Amino acid sequence: MSHLSPDNRRRAEAIVACYPKARSALIPLCHLAQSQDGWLTPEAMEEIADLVDCTPAEVRGTATFYDMLHTEPVGRHVVNVCTNIACMLAGAYEVLDHAEATLGISVGQTTEDGEFTLEEGECLAGCDKAPCVQVNHRFFGPLDTEGLDRLIEDLRSGRLSGTVPPHGTLNRVDRRVGLPALAAKAAAAREAGAGEGSVQVKPGRVSGPPS
Amino acid sequence: MITKAPRIVTSRVGLEDSFTLERYLATGGYEALRKALAMEPAEVAAEVNKASLLGRGGAGFPAGRKWSMLRQAPTRYLVVNGDESEPATFKDHMLIESDPHQIIEGTAIAAYATGADQAFIYCRGEFALGLERLQQACNEAYEHGALGADVLGAGYALDIVIHPGAGAYICGEETALLESLEGKRGFPRIKPPFFPAAFGLYGEPTVVNNVETMSNLPWIIANGAEAFTALGEGSSAGTRLFALSGRVVNPGWFEIEMSKTTFRDLIFDPSLGGGILGGRELRAFIPGGVSAPWFGPDQLDIGLDQDAVGKAGSMLGSGSVVVMDSDTCPVRAAWRIAQFFHRESCGQCTPCREGSGWIEKILHRLEQGLGREKDIDLVLDACDNISPGLLWPPKQTTICVLGPSIPSAVVSVAKMFRDDMLVHVKEGGCPFPADAVRRD
Repeated sequence: MSHLSPDNRRRAEAIVACYPKARSALIPLCHLAQSQDGWLTPEAMEEIADLVDCTPAEVRGTATFYDMLHTEPVGRHVVNVCTNIACMLAGAYEVLDHAEATLGISVGQTTEDGEFTLEEGECLAGCDKAPCVQVNHRFFGPLDTEGLDRLIEDLRSGRLSGTVPPHGTLNRVDRRVGLPALAAKAAAAREAGAGEGSVQVKPGRVSGPPS
Repeated sequence: MITKAPRIVTSRVGLEDSFTLERYLATGGYEALRKALAMEPAEVAAEVNKASLLGRGGAGFPAGRKWSMLRQAPTRYLVVNGDESEPATFKDHMLIESDPHQIIEGTAIAAYATGADQAFIYCRGEFALGLERLQQACNEAYEHGALGADVLGAGYALDIVIHPGAGAYICGEETALLESLEGKRGFPRIKPPFFPAAFGLYGEPTVVNNVETMSNLPWIIANGAEAFTALGEGSSAGTRLFALSGRVVNPGWFEIEMSKTTFRDLIFDPSLGGGILGGRELRAFIPGGVSAPWFGPDQLDIGLDQDAVGKAGSMLGSGSVVVMDSDTCPVRAAWRIAQFFHRESCGQCTPCREGSGWIEKILHRLEQGLGREKDIDLVLDACDNISPGLLWPPKQTTICVLGPSIPSAVVSVAKMFRDDMLVHVKEGGCPFPADAVRRD
């Protein structure tokens, strides 16, 4: 029984077919599983291991290396305040302290209602908008403490649901193209497991965040 | 001097629809690829070599030479590095969001020139919008016939895959990036033997080039290498993107002709940085990413030129300039940089994994006023264990250059601001105002 939904299972197989070696799809598949569940569940890691032909321990061992992959549940909104040099010089620690006070949690914690997880981030490449903050990897900045309050309020009230999808949703545009010859070559080189369906990439679309 | 150089990589940036295929085609898009496909691959590579296109990722290695070092093999790969994570660098982020088609066209040109039939664009995972725009552009390029089984009807087959990272600074290091692209932890590989040109992705010869490097290619092919070398000076040809941040009036990216413009122009000219916030004094600036040794006010008149900055004892690196003013605590700045390296060390090599933590701890207590005078020498000794001799360019005790990058900021602050460090010790606290920016 697949942990991934039928739609996500098809997308996962299409992603695997993009690469000469299935293991390369590991990180994209972790993102896909996070977009379904909000975090990377043990069940998803088992299925990913099966899809890319490695052990679940290897999936976990790889995933835990990367900051964006959460192997424990996180809030619907992961608020990541950058405090690296450019943001620090623009007052980022004040923003971070204020975020802790406003949300009533420390860095690394999640609010009781499951709405917010607070993280302190390394440079997010938004230094022209310092101090900058990401919510579910969407950029906001420059933000002072009042701006942060407004942002939290807008997220709470759902006013930003069009621009900030739930946590885990990364790329809302699917690959809908490919080079069938190369994909077929790659699929043939792999052992059975990814069926012929994996060469066919489903039509993609720019979709809004799942409601 | 600020010159009227053409905008090579940012010509469409600022247009509302700069990322769409319609806008790209309306402004000459994919014509350079057509022109390249009418040439022999070796001719395209020769043209890029002639253009002296220095890699825009940080190391500044000539792109043409990099291509010429590829091992002969039936399968070759091209990997484009869009994992921009060097603190205070935000130019690739802008290029990915604003002009993804230009990156795809440049990638196709480079793939053709190097004989790759598959290319991967590794985009930093945190760039969610950038990933969407890149994927959309990739889809459109296939539909337009600029990618796929028969690129622009020229009989060349190319597949490009947009690959998301997942948050790890080290994956910007090219061999770590390849490990990550193979679905593993981003552990840098030992060189030799794992130079990507010899044994890269899946053990095959691989070119790894930066996003900005790729973005230059359509212009170079369309206008010729001579037009490119007419800009800049010597090996620093063309224009470059500089990312300016910190205590300046106008932080942002600027596309500037290489060599001719100085750091003073970049930081103070009203059309660029616009000077220091609140009219305060400049105390120091980082000339090329946090891995670079710092410069002081005496070095403002150095040109934005790879060789000139190198000769002055630092590097142009990733082209990011961070400005510190008279309110900035230099010890705190160095501590935050050390903390960054400690968090991002992959952990393979002891000097980097352990040394970065010790350096962070010592700098932190110094900054908090809890340090001792001998901590200054202690922290330098820890640096010396990572990079013996504390030379520039640094000596290496580790697999990759992350480790030897750590001492840059620490040595800079010890050399330039030793007195400030001592004041922290004597007063038992930081004499500088908190970080919040005074805009008076």
